[in-house]
Amino acid sequence: MLETLLLQWNYLVFIMLMMIGLFMVISRRNLVKKLIGLTIFQTALFLFYISVGKVAGGTAPIIVHGAVEGSVLYSNPLPHVLILTAIVVGVATTALGLALVLRIRDAFGSIEEDDILAMNTKDGGEK
Amino acid sequence: MFVDNLPALIVVIPLLMAAVTALVPSRLSNLAWLMALLSTGTSFSAAWLNKSAAEGGSISYALGGWPPPWGIEFVTDGASALVTVVVSGLAFASTIYSKPLIYNEISRGDVPRVYAAWQLTVGALLGLVMTADAFNLFVFLEISALSSVTMIAMGAGRNRQALVAAYNYLVIGAVGATFYVMGVGFLYAMTGTLNMADLAERLPGVTAKAPVLVGMAFMVAGIFVKAAVFPVHMWLPAAYGYAPTAVTALLAAVATKASIYVLGRLLFTVFEGLGDVTGLLLNWVVLPVSLMAIFAGTILAIWEKDLKKLLAQSSIAQIGYITLGLGLGTTQGISAGFIHIANHALIKGGMFMAVGGLALALGKRANISNIEGLGRVMPITASALTVCGLSLIGLPLTAGFISKVYLVLAIIASEYWMIAALVLLSSALSVIYLWKIMEAIWMKPAPHGLKITENPAVYLPLWVITLLNIWLGIDASFVTTSADAAALALMTGAGS
Repeated sequence: MLETLLLQWNYLVFIMLMMIGLFMVISRRNLVKKLIGLTIFQTALFLFYISVGKVAGGTAPIIVHGAVEGSVLYSNPLPHVLILTAIVVGVATTALGLALVLRIRDAFGSIEEDDILAMNTKDGGEK
Repeated sequence: MFVDNLPALIVVIPLLMAAVTALVPSRLSNLAWLMALLSTGTSFSAAWLNKSAAEGGSISYALGGWPPPWGIEFVTDGASALVTVVVSGLAFASTIYSKPLIYNEISRGDVPRVYAAWQLTVGALLGLVMTADAFNLFVFLEISALSSVTMIAMGAGRNRQALVAAYNYLVIGAVGATFYVMGVGFLYAMTGTLNMADLAERLPGVTAKAPVLVGMAFMVAGIFVKAAVFPVHMWLPAAYGYAPTAVTALLAAVATKASIYVLGRLLFTVFEGLGDVTGLLLNWVVLPVSLMAIFAGTILAIWEKDLKKLLAQSSIAQIGYITLGLGLGTTQGISAGFIHIANHALIKGGMFMAVGGLALALGKRANISNIEGLGRVMPITASALTVCGLSLIGLPLTAGFISKVYLVLAIIASEYWMIAALVLLSSALSVIYLWKIMEAIWMKPAPHGLKITENPAVYLPLWVITLLNIWLGIDASFVTTSADAAALALMTGAGS
C-alpha cells in the first residue's frame, strides 16, 4: 500500500496541493489570500493533468526525424494542450479577482472579509 | 452553406460581436446596444432555424472540419435545440428591454463594455449547450462566469456590495469549474476521450471503476455549484440581488438554465452506461437536495423584504423543481424538468423585468414597503408582475401551471407520493411571498403626489414575455413536444 503510494508520489503532491489550496479558499478571511489559495488549487489541477499525460519511458511528443515509424515512444501531448487552455483561464480568473479586490479596497477601505461584512450589516451598502 | 453552419453561427456571432462592441467609443453607446440587439437577434433566429432543421433527429457539426471524436463537436438534438432557443430568445428579449435600465444604472462611458460582457455571456452559455466536448464545456463555463462577474460588479455604482457579491461568485464559481475539470481529467485518464458520446460508449467498458466514480462525483459537484443547486447556491442571492437590474433579468432567465441542461446531459448521456450508480446518485443526492432547495428557497423568500433578493431566493426553489424532475430519472420526469426550464425562464425573466421597471420609476431599489400602492400609478408594469407571479405559483391558464401539472404527474408515475405532497405544499407556501408583493402593490393607497409615466421601452418587452406566459399556459404543445424530444434525446445518447 505504502509502496504504491510512494511510487505515485506525483499524485500525492497533487492531492496535497489541492487540499491546501481549497482550505485556504475556505478558511482565509483576507480576499487576496483567498485568491492565492485559488491559484494553488488550480495549479494542483494542472499537475494532475500533466501526470496523466506522461507515458512511462516516453519522450517529448515531437516527431524524431529519421526514426522508423512506431519505434519512438511519445508522451501524450493532448493533456498539455488542455492545460495550456486551463492556465489561460486561470490567469484570467486571477486577474479579474485581483481587479475586484482593488475596487473593493477603494469602496470599503479594507480587504478583510469580516470588516466588509460588518460595514454591510451597518449600512446595507447603499450609496 | 449558411444553413450547414447554423450550429456554429448561434455561438460565434455573439462572441465575435462582443469583441467589436468592446471597441465602440463611449459617446456611441447607442451603437453598442444596437450591436448587442443585432447579435442576440441573429443568434435567436439561427437557433430557431437550427431547431427546425434538427426536428426529429440530430445534427452533428465538426468545428473547423476536424471530425469527432478528435475535433470539437457541436450537437443539435432535441435537448440542445430547445435550450438554445430558450436561452437566445430570452437573451434577445432582455437586450431589447435592457437599454433604459443600463443607461440609468451604469455610467455612459461603461455602456459599450457592459454590452460586450453581455454578449460574451450569451455566446458562452449557448456554446455550453451546443458543445459535445467535455473540456470545451469547461472553457465556455469559465467565459460565461468571468463575463457575468464583470457585469455583476457593475452594480457597484448603486450599491458597493455588488463588488463583494461578484468576488464571491468568481471564487466559488472557479472552485466549481475546477472540480468539473478535475472530474474530466479522471474520465480522460481512464477512457482517452473527451467527446461525450464517445465517453458514454467507453465508460461501461472500463474495468477499474474507482477513478470513474471519483471523476463522476467531481463533475456533478462542479456543475451543482454552477447551477446553484442547494446547498451550493450561496453565491446566487447576493449576485442577483446587487447586479444591475437588466443584468439580473438576463442571468436569472438564462444563466443557471444552461448549467442545469449540462447536469442532465452528464447524468443521462455521459453516465448512461453506469446505470446503477447514476440511479443511486439520483435517488440519494439529486432528489433530496432538490426538495431541500424547494423548501429553503421558498421559506427564505417569505422572510425577504428586498424584491430582487426575494425573487433570487425563489429562483433557488424553482431550480429545485427542475432538478427534482431530472432526479426522477424517467423520461416523463426529465421532460417535466425541461418544460420548467423553458417556463421558469419566461416567469423569472418577466418578474425581474417588472421589478426593474418599478425600480427605474422609483429611482431606487424596490422593496416591499416602497412599492406600496404603485399598482395605481403604474398599472401596466404592476399587472405584468401580477400575471408572471400567478404563473410562478402555477395558476391555471399560465405557463407555470403546465410545469406543475407535468411535474406532479411525473412524480406520481414514479410513485413518490410523499414528494408529490411536498411539491403541492411548497406551491402553497410560495403563495405567501407572492401575496406579500400583491398586497403591497395593489391594496395599499397610492403614494401621495407621485406622478409616474411608464416607459414603453420597458413595458413592451415585458408584456411580450407576460403574454407568452399566458399563451404557453393555454396552448402548451410547443413546449411539451419539444421537452419530450429533449428527454428522449438525453436518454438515447448524444449525436449517436
